[in-house]
Amino acid sequence: MKIKDIVEILGAEVICCEDLLDTDVERAFGSDMMSEVLAFVNEQSVLLTGLVNPQVIRTAEMIDMPCIIFVRGKRPDLKMIEMAEDRDMVILCSELSMFTACGKLYAEGLRGGMSE
Amino acid sequence: MMDSIKLHYDVPGDDFTRAGAASGDVKRNLKTLGISPSVIRNVSIAMYEGEINMVIHAGGGVIDVEITENEIIMTLADKGPGIENIELAMREGYSTAPDNIRSLGFGAGMGLPNIKKYTDEFSIDTKVGEGTTLNLKVYIQ
Ligand SMILES: Nc1ncnc2c1ncn2[C@@H]1O[C@H](COP(=O)(O)OP(=O)(O)OP(=O)(O)O)[C@@H](O)[C@H]1O
Ligand SMILES: [Mg+2]
Repeated sequence: MKIKDIVEILGAEVICCEDLLDTDVERAFGSDMMSEVLAFVNEQSVLLTGLVNPQVIRTAEMIDMPCIIFVRGKRPDLKMIEMAEDRDMVILCSELSMFTACGKLYAEGLRGGMSE
Repeated sequence: MMDSIKLHYDVPGDDFTRAGAASGDVKRNLKTLGISPSVIRNVSIAMYEGEINMVIHAGGGVIDVEITENEIIMTLADKGPGIENIELAMREGYSTAPDNIRSLGFGAGMGLPNIKKYTDEFSIDTKVGEGTTLNLKVYIQ
């Protein structure tokens, strides 16, 4: 799946790094706890989260995640968008809940970012 | 033969938004040096968890990183409250973080276990009322 497919499946808004929408992604991980993400995630996963602060970008940076999806209508501030641009990270925003967003992506073939 | 590279960071304790800046900088340095992605990842996660702990539990501190030909050595030292029971603190899910920290996405009690998991050598020196020092090593295979 490409990031642009996620945009379509979720009806998400692209906030930054539109030029990177052709990046391939195979896995996703959804959590609002950053240490959990760091404990379980595989590389090249997409992060779904309802948490909005700069540490979300830093956490994604540490494990080279190419894309962050903010769910429940949460929106990053300008500073976070700048940070994501500096790190070539696509940010998407979706109005959907965590459960629904994950469910739709799973149904379309995206799998969990945890070794399972 | 590569000379060892030394990096030093002061981690402010009053600025949660900047926490992780030191770890990001080390990550960029390691990339420039052509270190393998899996080593970079282990170093980044371990150091970032340590840096966050320093900010949320100990009011900041200092981090020294030494990159040698065979390993990356990280020393994270703070003058915070110290850890009373290390065995308990190392347990997955154990956290003393208050609700306001949890609402920032931390306090799952996974940080120290993560640090242990992603490093090849790990030790904690801590004394209640004096502070905590983490000594970490990741081997470069
Ligand atoms: N540098 C430190 N100074 C004082 N206490 C610490 C320090 N680091 C960790 N602790 C104590 O050890 C506990 C466990 O730390 P750990 O990093 O595993 O979890 P956490 O920081 O509470 O949550 P998480 O890392 O999942 O966000 C902390 O809740 C805190 O009580
Ligand atoms: Mg922690």
